[in-house]
Amino acid sequence: MINGLAAGSVLALIALGYTMVYGVLRFINFAHGDVFMLGAFCAFYLAPGVAKLVPLPSVTGWLLVMVLSMALCALLGMLIERAVYKPLRRKPKLTVLITAIGVSLFIEYTGQWGFGASPKSPPELITETYMTWGALSVTNTQVLVLGVTLFLLLALQFIVHRTRIGTAMRAVAFNPEAAALMGININVVISFTFGLGSALAAAGGILYAMSYPSIDPLMGILPGLKAFVAAVLGGIGNIPGAALGGLIIGIVETFVGGSAASTYRDAIAFAILILILLFKPAGLLGKSQVEKV
Amino acid sequence: MIFRHPKATLLAALLLAAGLSVFTGGLNPYHLDIIIGIGINIILAVSLNLINGYTGQFSLGHAGFMAVGAYGAAALTTLAGPRLLPLLGGQTWLLFLLALVAGGMLAALAGFLVGMPSLRLKGDYLAIVTLGFNQIIIVILQHIESLGGARGTSVPAYTNFFWTFGIAAMTVYIVATLVNSTYGRGFLAVHDDEVAAEAMGINTTRFKITAFVFGSFFAGLAGGLFGHFKQFITPEGFNFLKSMDIVVMVIVGGMGNTVGVILAAIILTILPEALRPIAEYRMIIYSLLLILLMLKCPQGLAHLGPALWRRLRGGKTPA
Repeated sequence: MINGLAAGSVLALIALGYTMVYGVLRFINFAHGDVFMLGAFCAFYLAPGVAKLVPLPSVTGWLLVMVLSMALCALLGMLIERAVYKPLRRKPKLTVLITAIGVSLFIEYTGQWGFGASPKSPPELITETYMTWGALSVTNTQVLVLGVTLFLLLALQFIVHRTRIGTAMRAVAFNPEAAALMGININVVISFTFGLGSALAAAGGILYAMSYPSIDPLMGILPGLKAFVAAVLGGIGNIPGAALGGLIIGIVETFVGGSAASTYRDAIAFAILILILLFKPAGLLGKSQVEKV
Repeated sequence: MIFRHPKATLLAALLLAAGLSVFTGGLNPYHLDIIIGIGINIILAVSLNLINGYTGQFSLGHAGFMAVGAYGAAALTTLAGPRLLPLLGGQTWLLFLLALVAGGMLAALAGFLVGMPSLRLKGDYLAIVTLGFNQIIIVILQHIESLGGARGTSVPAYTNFFWTFGIAAMTVYIVATLVNSTYGRGFLAVHDDEVAAEAMGINTTRFKITAFVFGSFFAGLAGGLFGHFKQFITPEGFNFLKSMDIVVMVIVGGMGNTVGVILAAIILTILPEALRPIAEYRMIIYSLLLILLMLKCPQGLAHLGPALWRRLRGGKTPA
């Protein structure tokens, strides 16, 4: 259960990015899973540098690596949006989708070339210890993963609902043209959304790298797809929904992984996706929409 | 256009395939490998074009149907083959034909089963769901122990030049005539505007499923050919990346442009071989190509040629 929650929180973090971008731009950023991968690699390459300033593994060092990687990936996310998605904003959805797949493949294979295709073991940012409460045994990493996810989720809710830029984001999601007429700079809002989403994905990547022993340039594909499923499960465009969806998928996968059908683990997320799209396409917390002509 | 006399073209292509197959014995195996690869890729790309290009339903799971065909055909030739062969008078080509068709049918059935629920979805969702099905098919195949499970299975070498290009010609013929028929206009209508098509009394769901079933059938044939050519198949060989390869061919060739897609299939099969010294960059080049095409020329490369020509003739300098 705790394992499931920890795995689910990582998915939830990625799913949040999908959901936000979808909410604002109505398209699925296929490259999102790869930003997650880049987050993990940022940590991998930053850690030695940070270790010169503060000794690693330590909490301050970990925080520094985390914040730096998130900032770097946020910049990267904005860059991708500016360079590739912006010129396509008024193009048909299919064109944007194909481009997004292209971006995703580009990041993956440039990564394979740049970082090397073989898996690397991530740096140790925090010494892992076990904590026991009665029959319950958890690692401090798992607690950290849950804590960070909860914190980021609350921070995100605060940004979206309590700040000016968050209000602007919701306005753009509701109706871009009207928002532009009200004096909102759409480009800034969209960039900000991408940056925020990418930072969350990077955080997910680092947390993932802390819980699993290896990272490689293609590691983002499967979590990316599963996180997308999580976003759909919770109702795409809905922030608490994405978090809920991520947790549900993480838990279900962990339970299936522990049962006799463990080899079917990777198929589960897709089965969930198909079921949810058939029976409740709007997701658990989403509102259904009627297509207008 | 080569489609003005489709039957004559088909006949000519079949005769050509039969005629040329006489000489392939003298070819070195490496070249033959590339040539057969081209034929198989033409089948895959043209059949995917029916779904993605003409009908406008973006599928990312074509390799999944190919896998179903490959395993279906392999099951028939390896598991049932020894018992079936005497019944067929010892004719391996008959067994192979049977296996190919069975594989195709199985893939078509899979296409139908996948299409039924998922074609209620559009665009992004459909793409992800088909990708998901591709993954599910792989996982299921990994659990068929009689066919080697995740380790893969060996199959006899039945595929040759004639089979490959004969079927490729059939595929092109059937897809081209289907789309150009009165009935086939429905595919284009679904592609252009689903709501309008529905309003004109077109059963859009039926057209989408038809496209899926046909596309999957040919993908299954290609899978059977592929398996009996490579002589070894693994479930992982038909993963998402294989699907992407086919999608790239369709996009580079131009969605809904059969000639362009055939050209793209040929070029994109030869290109990786020609670029073998820089094989590491192949996927980087592919993805950049994809992004640039979408930004600059979303109709595909085949569109670029005529467009340039028109501009030159019109006296305007190409921008």
